[in-house]
Amino acid sequence: MIRSLKTAGTAINGQGLSPGNEELLMKTIADMVKVLHARVLCGEEYLDRPVGTACCSDLMSDVLAFVNEKTVLITGLTNPHVVRTADMLDLKCLVFARGKIPTAEMLAQAQSQDLVVMTTRETAFTACGLLYEAGLRGVPIEWPEGEEEA
Amino acid sequence: MIIHREYPVQAGDYITAGEASADIKRNLKQLGVSGKVLKCVSVASYEVELNLVIHSLGGVLMLDVDSDRVVLESKDIGPGIPDIDLAMREGYSTANEEARNQGFGAGMGLPNMKRNADTFSIASSPAGTCITMGFNLKEQ
Repeated sequence: MIRSLKTAGTAINGQGLSPGNEELLMKTIADMVKVLHARVLCGEEYLDRPVGTACCSDLMSDVLAFVNEKTVLITGLTNPHVVRTADMLDLKCLVFARGKIPTAEMLAQAQSQDLVVMTTRETAFTACGLLYEAGLRGVPIEWPEGEEEA
Repeated sequence: MIIHREYPVQAGDYITAGEASADIKRNLKQLGVSGKVLKCVSVASYEVELNLVIHSLGGVLMLDVDSDRVVLESKDIGPGIPDIDLAMREGYSTANEEARNQGFGAGMGLPNMKRNADTFSIASSPAGTCITMGFNLKEQ
């Protein structure tokens, strides 16, 4: 169990907005939709939810290791385990990159979890760049005491 | 004992993989478990369930809850883990292509379980692997 944590990389991915960008522009999921020119596939009623941090990965085990519930997941993977992973972590928003669209079954499951799901035509790399530019930062990695950073 | 549940898990069944963990999470929520403990049990449960699907010949996932502790136990029928120390290393994985296509096989499964549990034990032989994880409901 993680009890005592030290946070890695806050200088680049926790806070530390670039000069002239001190105000966090990215406040809600609705802001993300605008920045990514995204199409919302379900959960329109939750677009006013605040956005905390972001994680981009196709490896669900990495997501399970490092992500908390205030994190938006950006992924190119469209299989049911993305939604299941979101369920385990109580995530609130999924972004599918490169125009990928999950199946109807996945969307139904996402709806039952009150998830916002959107798709953007941007690549995962560009989507992350746009969100970063708008002030969103990566999830700070929590290293349990005794584990060394690479 | 407040509740005991057993979930058979079939090897290679990626369609239903995760359903046991979703039910475990539902049960714990109904019992009033929330916050960090719920997240830790959910993540560990999902990882161990996926391990059964990806690596075992089939097995069972068990949940036991009493007033101060949640215990997850996974037992399978083989083929066993030849080198447990290696398997515990982050990034080491023997997962096949199918598992990787599903978003797994990052080599984070066992380390993730250990990280999230308060107690973790693993024993393995060609006859099977047994993983037991304990989660404290009350702060020590």
